[in-house]
Amino acid sequence: MKNDIIISGVGGQGILSIAASIGLAAVANDLFLKQAEVHGMSQRGGDVQSHLRLSDKKISSDLIPYGEANLIISVEPMESLRYLPWLSADGWLVTNSNPFINIPDYPAIDEILKEIKKVKNHIIIDADGIAKNSGSSRSGNMVILGAASPFIDMPFQSLENAVRELFSRKGEEVVQANLKALKTGRERSIALKV
Amino acid sequence: MKKLLLLGDEAIAQAALDAGLSGMYAYPGTPSTEIMEFIQNSKDAAGRNVHRQWSSNEKTAMEAALGMSYAGKRAMVAMKHVGLNVAADGFINSAMTGVNGGLIVVSADDPSMHSSQNEQDSRFYGKFSLVPCFEPSNQQEAYDMVFDAFEVSEKYKLPGLLRITTRLAHSRANIHQKAHIPEKILSLPADPLQFVLLPAIARKKYKSLLSSYESLRYENRISKYNNFKDGNRRALGIIACGIAYNYLLENIEETINDFPVLKISAYPFPSDLIKDITGRCEEILILEEGAPLLEESVRGILDDGIKIYGRLDGTVPRDGELNPAIVAKAIGLPVSYGKDVPSIVKMRPPSFCNGCGHSDMFNSLNEAVKPYGQGHVFSDIGCYTLAALPPYNSINSCVDMGASVTMAIGAADAGLFPSIAVIGDSTFTHSGMTGLLDAVDKNSSVTIIISDNSTTGMTGGQKSKATGRLEQICEGIGVLREHIRVIVPLRKNHAANALIMKAEFEYKGVSVIIALRECIQTATKRKRSETSVE
Repeated sequence: MKNDIIISGVGGQGILSIAASIGLAAVANDLFLKQAEVHGMSQRGGDVQSHLRLSDKKISSDLIPYGEANLIISVEPMESLRYLPWLSADGWLVTNSNPFINIPDYPAIDEILKEIKKVKNHIIIDADGIAKNSGSSRSGNMVILGAASPFIDMPFQSLENAVRELFSRKGEEVVQANLKALKTGRERSIALKV
Repeated sequence: MKKLLLLGDEAIAQAALDAGLSGMYAYPGTPSTEIMEFIQNSKDAAGRNVHRQWSSNEKTAMEAALGMSYAGKRAMVAMKHVGLNVAADGFINSAMTGVNGGLIVVSADDPSMHSSQNEQDSRFYGKFSLVPCFEPSNQQEAYDMVFDAFEVSEKYKLPGLLRITTRLAHSRANIHQKAHIPEKILSLPADPLQFVLLPAIARKKYKSLLSSYESLRYENRISKYNNFKDGNRRALGIIACGIAYNYLLENIEETINDFPVLKISAYPFPSDLIKDITGRCEEILILEEGAPLLEESVRGILDDGIKIYGRLDGTVPRDGELNPAIVAKAIGLPVSYGKDVPSIVKMRPPSFCNGCGHSDMFNSLNEAVKPYGQGHVFSDIGCYTLAALPPYNSINSCVDMGASVTMAIGAADAGLFPSIAVIGDSTFTHSGMTGLLDAVDKNSSVTIIISDNSTTGMTGGQKSKATGRLEQICEGIGVLREHIRVIVPLRKNHAANALIMKAEFEYKGVSVIIALRECIQTATKRKRSETSVE
């Protein structure tokens, strides 16, 4: 078993919570894990990414080689395209459809979606809308994680447990909202995948 | 023992705690910050009151750690690579004094300059100061090395330099934890003159340092961190240092038996091991994260021996960090690649947060400085350096911690008027205060704007020593009370703030403008934690 995953977004969008959830699940499944993060300057509204590698064997490089990622998980549509050099030919791209516009020359969203649809295996999902309906507008990242979960080789329940653990100190209400977001994201993704 | 999932930085911190650390000293700097933060959040550290407060700068951190070592206890000091320049005086001389309790100096390099102004390679500091230097290839090795670095430090009575790079510091991996070692008790050095570097004593100590370095080189032949593995084929031998070894394994995991491989993670590097591999191979590839330190030595000036590939002949790019593709190409393996980034994808540089006081301060500054034209504003290291980018285009320098103040003084000496410095509160107490004293001493015509967000913002909001003290500090240094102006950088104060700036630019002497508004990130975090307490 080997999953190489790129998680992308804009600084402050919560990609590290996605990475942390997968990380906790990996530990519970007794897998090896490497997860390279971006700290420092880029966190101020710049593009950020995390290389996350899971395997049942020891992992060497902290960085995923070009062309070998099975999955791109993106909380922002334009950012999902920035990592195409890493995506393998049969890899999946799972992205939020809602742009985060903090630059003056942000391209037209239609153009971005057109490029995303050129990728053979893609899932585009309105994470912000689903999150709002789940009762927590801040859980868009968990919707995206849910949408990506069918492409991660770990039991879904271990991701649910991880999300529960990650948010437990914020109270049961927050836990339930995030679990709902996670589950809805997964259901939508499975429906779109077929 | 317990299995943990830790960043490289955190693994180092956990190891230090497990190895009986009594004091951690640091100034925040990417990618080293999380070492101290981990210790500050550790229950173990709190339980036995391990020292864990931030220092004013890397030099004070280095010297305080040396003081703890003097008292016989284990200490660690951590900084980013350029921080070691600030701490260099204490660091180099700590090799001369030697240590009592084990002392580890962690320097986190940032090749490719993700969050830095240069990509200097700290291993040179190891060679320069003649201390043992460790360069882990992965997080587990970083964890294990801390124990051994303390041992080596105490055996040779020398500080140990632990050199890491961004990818190791900021990547999480599984760690096997070792058994806990108790702290050392307070015990003074046996020789009361050990730390007294009077010339007559220093000359003797230098001879002993030189001889220790040779002993270390000898010992490193059998260090478990340096190992040679022969291969079935002798065409190409590969020497990989530190994290480069990981990228190598990524590429030759299945074909490793084809290559003689020498891994180097402990310096000074043993010439015997190097002769072992160069003696049996037709050609050698040298992989190093950072500068070609080992490669230069192996080639020598004449470079007339065995054929060597590396950073100096362009096989590996001369600058920037390594990655699996660069290493694959250097070995001659095929490189995979996905699809090109579509041309519609735009750059997304970092920018000021919404509600950031720096941005309002720069808007006023831009208006106030406009009549004088371009080129009057020296700046410093911090979030506010982002004002170099559009739409602000406000600043003309960013060199090293504190240089805004002193460069403004020099430019004023040359006749530039007005000469303005913009510096953050934490950077000011790190290295700006002494420059301000220079300005006061000769009554330079400079205006120092301290953009006070009451935190160390860029590195994630660590406590700033300046908070609540800036007016007193400036007055104490000798700035006239009427030329210490405090403004609040809010949009509604824009015009008034610009007028105050203009007035102080025109003053022919030292003036300080403190633009005080809490960082929006720390303010939000604080409000959140206050509500969760209720």
